[in-house]
Amino acid sequence: MAAEFQQQAIALASQQSVLGWLNDAREQGQLAWNTHAWPTRKTEAWRYTSLLPVENEQWQLSDTASDTLPQSALAELIEFDAYRLVFVNGQLRADLSSDLPASLVLFADANADQQSVIKQHLNQVADQQVHLFTALSSSLLNQGALLHLSKNQRLEKPVYIVHINDKANAKVTNARLLLVLESGAEAQVVEHFFSTDDQDRGWINAVTECSVGANASLRHHRINLESEQALHTGAVHVALAESARFNGFTVANGSRLKRIDYHIKHLGSGSDLQLNGIYLPRHQQRVDYHTCVEHVVPHCTTTEVFRGVIADSARAVFNGRIHIHQDAQKTLAEMSNRNLLTSDQAQVNTKPELEIYADDVRCAHGATVSQLNDEALFYLTSRGISEAEARVMLSFGFVNELVEGVELEALQQWLRPRIAHMFGQSDQLTRHIIHE
Amino acid sequence: MLTIKDLCASVEDKEIIRQLSLEVKPGEVHAIMGPNGAGKSTLGNVLAGRPGYEATSGSVDFKGQDLLDLDPEIRAREGLFLAFQYPVEIPGVSNMELLKAAVDARRSHTGQPELSAIDFMKMAREASKAVDLDQSFLKRGVNEGFSGGEKKRNEIMQMMLMEPSLCILDETDSGLDIDALQVVAKGVNAMRSPDRSFIVVTHYQRLLDFIVPDYVHVLANGRIVKSGDKSLALELEAKGYSWLEDEVA
Repeated sequence: MAAEFQQQAIALASQQSVLGWLNDAREQGQLAWNTHAWPTRKTEAWRYTSLLPVENEQWQLSDTASDTLPQSALAELIEFDAYRLVFVNGQLRADLSSDLPASLVLFADANADQQSVIKQHLNQVADQQVHLFTALSSSLLNQGALLHLSKNQRLEKPVYIVHINDKANAKVTNARLLLVLESGAEAQVVEHFFSTDDQDRGWINAVTECSVGANASLRHHRINLESEQALHTGAVHVALAESARFNGFTVANGSRLKRIDYHIKHLGSGSDLQLNGIYLPRHQQRVDYHTCVEHVVPHCTTTEVFRGVIADSARAVFNGRIHIHQDAQKTLAEMSNRNLLTSDQAQVNTKPELEIYADDVRCAHGATVSQLNDEALFYLTSRGISEAEARVMLSFGFVNELVEGVELEALQQWLRPRIAHMFGQSDQLTRHIIHE
Repeated sequence: MLTIKDLCASVEDKEIIRQLSLEVKPGEVHAIMGPNGAGKSTLGNVLAGRPGYEATSGSVDFKGQDLLDLDPEIRAREGLFLAFQYPVEIPGVSNMELLKAAVDARRSHTGQPELSAIDFMKMAREASKAVDLDQSFLKRGVNEGFSGGEKKRNEIMQMMLMEPSLCILDETDSGLDIDALQVVAKGVNAMRSPDRSFIVVTHYQRLLDFIVPDYVHVLANGRIVKSGDKSLALELEAKGYSWLEDEVA
């Protein structure tokens, strides 16, 4: 069954039209994909997340962009001054995209220099022997986007990359993003995934690689708010050179299958990672975050904070691993994961892991699972606030600190009402937490 | 305003209030004093509707309604306010969000128009000034990281904005230094009016120097064992509670 699915994917690859210069990368990807043992329930990394939703479907390549998008879809876009690339069902919609700076280019439009940057970095940050769906991404590689900032280059506007799915049938989209910041460069990037159709049954496999050069700084946001029926597998791979900074933020609802991996490597001393994440599954949704931070060299810092609010019969998985290699002395690393279950049927499997091979480090990790606080609930109702509104306020309050930590103001303002509405559908329940 | 008749109440199946009766008329200030464990805080919590505090018999009439029949939020909207002995910290929910939601709920329940964000902000700033809390407290998480005194002043600020008809102060003086005590008392006294009543629950007479009660009741073993005017508080201060407990026994 499983191997059969791997074969199916390769068959899909053979139907694609391909950029010739990516052939090597595709071949290597397919080799890696085929050598992966297909995960079973006994495979630790997939223990709580079933891949049946991808296995039980006859997938077709997503190759047509809709000509018309409902107005509501455009209203979902974050409004801010940015270099915007909009893909619908994996196809670029130039009419919805903005003018691009020379440093941002589609693989298909890459010049010779840019092609060599792509070839040089692709799958160098990500390890496709380890990450199954990154191997799939390379196997199906025929398009993608590159942001390449030269030494000390600073982008004036954030880069905003949008993937919209509007198909109710089983199409697979392969999204690839490569961010290469040479030393001293600075950028802000927002990746935004959503569906226009509640019944969107598409699957998007989205792999992002970030190579952050010495003293460079990347602020990266990943917003995953697809339909309940949609499937998402994806990963963000980051390599940090000396004194590089990566500031990551991610938020996701759940769906039939949603698995997002973050794999960050501190490869140059003095590098700093801040990673904040929020997951908010409800109904029958599933969401699974796996993060792995490797401290390979001394004097690097990591602060990782993930919070989840799990409602109804939803299930969440958080697996956060910090691996301190033998040479990584003077590491400072902290990881915290807190979960709020707002119903008796909600579930979370959380597993913070520290693996430490150096002796002079300061590391801390913690995970909690709790329910709504009765005392706080009574306090709010004793002030005349309905219990329903009090629950929404407390649920939002649980993640508010991370929402307020989003420094890109337009994104923060955009997020507040959308997150609030996940806790309470009606405006009556959310109006006091949505404010400017 | 409030008529309590033969009220019995339990917490975790343990009877704490035993056949307590009390009448509070509009404009009156009643102090309830008594030794630890007498049931003072239980009374406040039963009246506010805290889950787990169960009235087992008797009746409580609040402005013509059966109070015990109302959910806690309805009691608050009707004008009952409990200033908590131990205010709860709620990180992530700002003081301002709580206040606006609370005041909106109370005003719409009583048929008053909702205040605009700007008008409300003005009112909230004035209230915070009145209890000597910096405006920055409005933006902070509810009681998050507040000192004991700041929490109590925050309770009084909420009370001012909600304009209740019956204010129950549950050991608001506990943990306050004399300066904070005066601030709290000043806030309360400014709110005294012919149609607003107060029940001031306290262990010590000290608070009553600043908030002068019309009546003083002594609660022991879940019932009122003695009532009098403000001089009773002074007598208790001088003699302690043990003589009363002996008298009752």
